[in-house]
Amino acid sequence: MFSSLSDRLESILKKLKGRGFLKEEDIDAAMKEVRIALLEADVNFKVVKGFISGIKERAIDSEVLESLTPGQQVVKIVLSELTKLLGGESGKIKLAANPPTIIMLTGLQGSGKTTTAAKIAAAFKKDGRRPMMVAADLQRPAAIQQLITLGEQTGIPVHYSMDSKDPVAVCSEAVSISKKDGRDILILDTAGRLHVDEELMGQLRSVKDAVSPHEVLFVADAMTGQDAVNSATAFNEQIGIDGVVLTKMDGDARGGAALSIRSVTGKPIKYMGTGEKIEMLEQFHPDRVANRILGMGDVMSLIEKAEESFDAEEALSLQDKMTGGGFTFEDLRDQLKKIRSMGSLESLLGMIPGMSKQLKGAQVDDRELIKVEAIINSMTPRERASAKLLNGSRKRRIALGSGTTPADVNRLIKQHKQMKKMMKTFQKKGKMPQMPFPGM
Amino acid sequence: MGLFENLKSGLQKTRGVLNTPIEDIFSGRKIDDDTLEELEEALIKADVGVKASMEIVEHLRENASRLKDFSSVKEFIKAEMAGLLGAPSPLVAFGEPPFVILTIGVNGVGKTTTIGKIASKFASEGLRVVLAASDTFRAAAIEQLGIWAERAGVELVKHQSGSDPAAVAFDAMEAAKARGADVVIVDTAGRLHTKDNLMEELKKISRVITRSMPEAPQEVLLVLDATTGQNALRQAEIFSKAVGVTGIALTKLDGTAKGGIVFAIRRELGIPVRLIGVGEAVDDLQEFRPEEFVHALFD
Repeated sequence: MFSSLSDRLESILKKLKGRGFLKEEDIDAAMKEVRIALLEADVNFKVVKGFISGIKERAIDSEVLESLTPGQQVVKIVLSELTKLLGGESGKIKLAANPPTIIMLTGLQGSGKTTTAAKIAAAFKKDGRRPMMVAADLQRPAAIQQLITLGEQTGIPVHYSMDSKDPVAVCSEAVSISKKDGRDILILDTAGRLHVDEELMGQLRSVKDAVSPHEVLFVADAMTGQDAVNSATAFNEQIGIDGVVLTKMDGDARGGAALSIRSVTGKPIKYMGTGEKIEMLEQFHPDRVANRILGMGDVMSLIEKAEESFDAEEALSLQDKMTGGGFTFEDLRDQLKKIRSMGSLESLLGMIPGMSKQLKGAQVDDRELIKVEAIINSMTPRERASAKLLNGSRKRRIALGSGTTPADVNRLIKQHKQMKKMMKTFQKKGKMPQMPFPGM
Repeated sequence: MGLFENLKSGLQKTRGVLNTPIEDIFSGRKIDDDTLEELEEALIKADVGVKASMEIVEHLRENASRLKDFSSVKEFIKAEMAGLLGAPSPLVAFGEPPFVILTIGVNGVGKTTTIGKIASKFASEGLRVVLAASDTFRAAAIEQLGIWAERAGVELVKHQSGSDPAAVAFDAMEAAKARGADVVIVDTAGRLHTKDNLMEELKKISRVITRSMPEAPQEVLLVLDATTGQNALRQAEIFSKAVGVTGIALTKLDGTAKGGIVFAIRRELGIPVRLIGVGEAVDDLQEFRPEEFVHALFD
């Protein structure tokens, strides 16, 4: 996500960074390059214009140019303008004082509304809420069926009507049912529509008028080009939106739409979808994303993800095991499961400063982790506790059972041994060791 | 209603706010830095891309001296851009049947809908069509294709949700051969081109089709959403590398997006646009005509 934009900006700004002396022309030249980089990232034409002139105004200032580190100052200005463009602070979903909190998802066809509905519902469920989803897309063939299937997968009830043609009725019904059933979050999945389709936009307004949602979210595809501002503006003016969800952020789009939509609607980006799995939805933090765009990593999000997956007590007992040398295959398997629950390895690594560049082109394969898990699953409990038991015939059996080769099993045993060794060093030196994660 | 009228009526709703008609730029003015910058802006706004836009503008600058009046400027730009798109290259079933179309693209571009419309078109020409429900990943994708198959009155080969998409494609091929079908259209799950394992899965589907019939798939149709920006070029590039894209269907042109990225795709990868989608009805999938497309871009 954002990776090629961040590469481009990094290399442009790098030229400025180290300079102890800058002229106006230097900044002009750099900004010309920044302009092209942003346009190629699909940031809207007008937004780019405003952004560049904003930076120039602040940068071509005697205080900056005559400072000891003018290059550094300019980079700082770019970062702060970028954060401003992305919307300052992060916007959370406000919960209604009187439940249910009604969240209405809107957007063009194919932007990912249905998947997003399930992702948001699942996130609330994880927080201990009682969400319900409403199939209000009565246009697309099998859209209702899709939401029902997602409801089954996530264990979240779905309100639907197979033969209704009236989304207003379906949604109004859902509101009274949710009150009766004590559902505190209601997520409306509306049909995708073009912002120039007056009839369907009118229908969306009727739904909004009928149920008065607390949050109307505009779901937008991160790969959208210059047109992003047109559709977002139209939805905002005609329906009135409270926030934006950006989807498909796991591709290699440079994400210019994110900057444009926020800038023209003034509405905060609340979530971003980062993968096909239900749990791959992240809160949007403008400052962190700005850091990511400029290649400075996002350690905060990484720590939060880790905290979500590992509780303090477990961490302590793990630390005992690690330093005590009792780290078994069983423990390794638990760790891997937790890491996988945090998201794809690729997305995790992207949050580490400087990592995205080092990993450029290298494919990080989540399946390697699954393979390791399979190998450990094929061991007997005694084998998991003691690697010493693993002789040739046991290794062959494990390889056969896990669909791998004896060489794979050997590699894992070796990695496990290295980990244990390093943990011992860690205990001695009190320093964090480098983990040899398989597949990296 | 022809394509041009359709596109035009779609655009009419938002005219003035979004369009930069060529008239507004050049009428009554001469070619100078200001007008050229406005033209570049109009092209970039249509997602033509910075590089391609700058080139078109440069070319106009070089020829400025011999373009005396407004109408010759207009004709020059149109000819230039239509030239970039090449000759019309419609989707036609050819060779020994079945003619196999493998349909691919990222998530949410409109693959299943496009397939439904293509199936209807072939069926109405009296051809026997088999659809393969190889999107076994997305919830209810099979049901969605099933509804289209019913509407078009064509056959559907499906397995259960979550099953091997290549196996579905293979069964559809064998069924089509046994029943003497003319056209097979294979639906696939939307996938981001950056997911290596999913691209491998796509290659496998293509290989399995070829195993059943050596010259198939005769058409690998990449479905692109017109609202997509510069990333569409990356999509075309990587999908091409994986399974050799032979044509493009450009969908959702009935909004305000212009789909200008197809210029860069044609120029850099040589892939022609075959079909455009301008609405939800079956007839709204139409043959792509470069000159009308360029026309609609500006007027």
